[in-house]
Amino acid sequence: MANKLNLDLSLVEQARKSAAKVADDVQGFIDLHTTVTVERAVCRLLGIDNVNDVDVPLPNVVVDHLVEKGILGGGVSFYVGNAMVETGLTPQEIAEKVSTGELDLSKLPVHNAEEIRDAVMAVAVATTERIKGNVAKRNEYLAQYGDKEGPYLYVIVATGNIYEDVTQAVAAAKQGADIIAVIRTTGQSLLDYVPYGATTEGFGGTYATQENFRIMRAALDEVCEEEKRYIRLCNYCSGLCMPEIAAMGALERLDVMLNDALYGILFRDINMQRTIVDQYFSRVINSYAGVIINTGEDNYLTTADAVEEAHTVLASQFLNEAFALKAGLREEQQGLGHAFEISPDVENGFLMELAQAEMAREIFPKAPLKYMPPTKFMTGNVFRGHVQDALFNMVTITTGQKLHLLGMLTEAIHTPFMSDRALAIENAQYIFRTMKDFGSEIEFKQGGFIQTRAQTVLAKAADLLKQIEKLGLFGTLEKGIFADIKRGKDAGKGLSGVVTKNDVYFNPFVDLMKGGVCL
Amino acid sequence: MSSGLYNLHKADFDKTLDLKKLKPYGDTMNDGKVQMSFTLPVKDDEKGIEAARQYARKMGIDEPNVAHHMPLDKEFTFYVVYGSCVHTIDYDDIHVLTVESDVMSMEEVNEYIKEHFGRKLTFIGASTGTDAHTVGIDAIMNRKGFAGHYGLERFEMIEAINMGSQVLNEEFIAKAVEVNADVLLVSQTVTQKDVHIQNLTEMIELLEAEGLRDRFIVICGGPRITHELAKELGYDAGFGPGKFAEDCASFAITEMVKRGMGK
Repeated sequence: MANKLNLDLSLVEQARKSAAKVADDVQGFIDLHTTVTVERAVCRLLGIDNVNDVDVPLPNVVVDHLVEKGILGGGVSFYVGNAMVETGLTPQEIAEKVSTGELDLSKLPVHNAEEIRDAVMAVAVATTERIKGNVAKRNEYLAQYGDKEGPYLYVIVATGNIYEDVTQAVAAAKQGADIIAVIRTTGQSLLDYVPYGATTEGFGGTYATQENFRIMRAALDEVCEEEKRYIRLCNYCSGLCMPEIAAMGALERLDVMLNDALYGILFRDINMQRTIVDQYFSRVINSYAGVIINTGEDNYLTTADAVEEAHTVLASQFLNEAFALKAGLREEQQGLGHAFEISPDVENGFLMELAQAEMAREIFPKAPLKYMPPTKFMTGNVFRGHVQDALFNMVTITTGQKLHLLGMLTEAIHTPFMSDRALAIENAQYIFRTMKDFGSEIEFKQGGFIQTRAQTVLAKAADLLKQIEKLGLFGTLEKGIFADIKRGKDAGKGLSGVVTKNDVYFNPFVDLMKGGVCL
Repeated sequence: MSSGLYNLHKADFDKTLDLKKLKPYGDTMNDGKVQMSFTLPVKDDEKGIEAARQYARKMGIDEPNVAHHMPLDKEFTFYVVYGSCVHTIDYDDIHVLTVESDVMSMEEVNEYIKEHFGRKLTFIGASTGTDAHTVGIDAIMNRKGFAGHYGLERFEMIEAINMGSQVLNEEFIAKAVEVNADVLLVSQTVTQKDVHIQNLTEMIELLEAEGLRDRFIVICGGPRITHELAKELGYDAGFGPGKFAEDCASFAITEMVKRGMGK
């Protein structure tokens, strides 16, 4: 690795080892459990879609049925597979019959395990082939147009109406955006189901539905072909439906997905046992589908102080890296997060931001780091805001951040106007052009402010990870170490959706996907 | 395009300040200069520029100068326009509803509570409804506070309970009753399609339906909240940007004393 900051490499190694131990420890728990949304994701991957006459998604119908019969621990694959063998129907037909009450999955004669597995595998392989086709399509585009060097300009659309989102996204892509994220409607992360179909009503964002994914992907593909540039599409796996949304993203060729259980625990008060199990399967799916994940460390700094708590961001990045590797996510798919959130009043704040970003770059050399713009100290003074965003842009180009979420001058005022986005893109492009090789031209003064700051943050992070290694992940979260927020192991939303797997349980997709395809 | 730089024509307007006919100030009294920017859903060409100019004129802008135009997409163009606004307002005739309480420091708040109540007061806060943003309520309640102003958790005589985000109105009220709260703080950050108004209204309706409205001091806050709006919706006060824990606390405790809720 480059070592412009003169970091103590043994500390980096020690921190990584601590994080790996924490992840190992949690993996033991994950392997023993499944959740309602993991099983619904299996439903979706087996082709179960649509809603019943009262708008309940069929994956929920099937999983609720298994919960009601007290047999979810056996898993969807086993019971739907058994029904396939028994009836010769497809998973979708079985789901429809469960919905109308014609079929009770707990009452069917149990077939031989091998027969069940074979029946399910045939469908599962067809799904993974479809996803493989999506990966191939993306790679074709990238081979044809080349991939962008330097930071990806990442912008957000959030109108609530998928068709209006398309208008905004197409405009942004043409202005130079490389990644379009469709922000979800406020509150979706707490829904224990995924809404269905195209939607036109949302608050502060648009529902993540498979149809909305498809509509946006198709619109962006058109722009890709017009502009001869691949435009990536981003959405959010976080919340109570992590693996289901990951599955939808894999089926509709999303390229980037927010995926961070720690974020859900801290900021959405989702139960930690639930979401850590959900995260694992969602990351397995993301890894297979070639999705770059984004982690949410940047959010810590919206509640905790960016100067004093910088080490918690780094510690969390180490943990997220360890969890990602466990799920088979390659380093090149790990968009570890951080943010430019030091108060403009802090003397040498810019130097600290530079130190933190350069440190992340050096410690995670292959990761496409996700860098978030200032939000906490953005005000109605849009003129100063534009300057704050310019400083943020300089850090990115100087330190080689990759997923660069553009700061909007009207951050504190409203969801962006079309013109706000254009000004943000112009600002970033100007700075990226005029400062292109600045980073490779400069070195940092030995023992100077920047080196010292990075070394201090690293030392504190390594120390913290030692503590976390002793406390375990759950214990750490109970103590409020991240983002100044405490969460109880049995508190939060979604705990009732966690069940222990029994010995008939199998999930064909973990076997098929883990460590597979992608590039 | 006319550039202001070489503008020699005489400013033939009255340059004395008249608060009865207030106008924006650029660099000369009563010049009425304003800057604005907007997007029109049309092509970027001469016709689009003229459309922007005419639009500005309709807004009361005299001699609008379209200083910048740039295409955002095939059919969308962004304009930056400068000009002199013809409208005036009567400043002396303006009456604004503001929170009328002297703002006390954290120490003064503590002393005041000791003196007038002789017990700790309980403040309960949340970002309610579907709103997932805690930045506002955190700034007021968390120990650290915001921009150098300590949050309520640090006030010795205040028991501060921050329920976080996405708290249902029913849940919030139930908790307030359970902990026997004195003051309710409701934060609303998301304001798209005025969802905050709907949610804030529902809170007051619920309190009234349960006969609890008079039991608490109820305050709302957020980027688009004004005191006037808050009063209109049935709150005791509303705080917008730039207000801190001590503003909320000072209002709440003096209001409680005014209502005879002290010892």
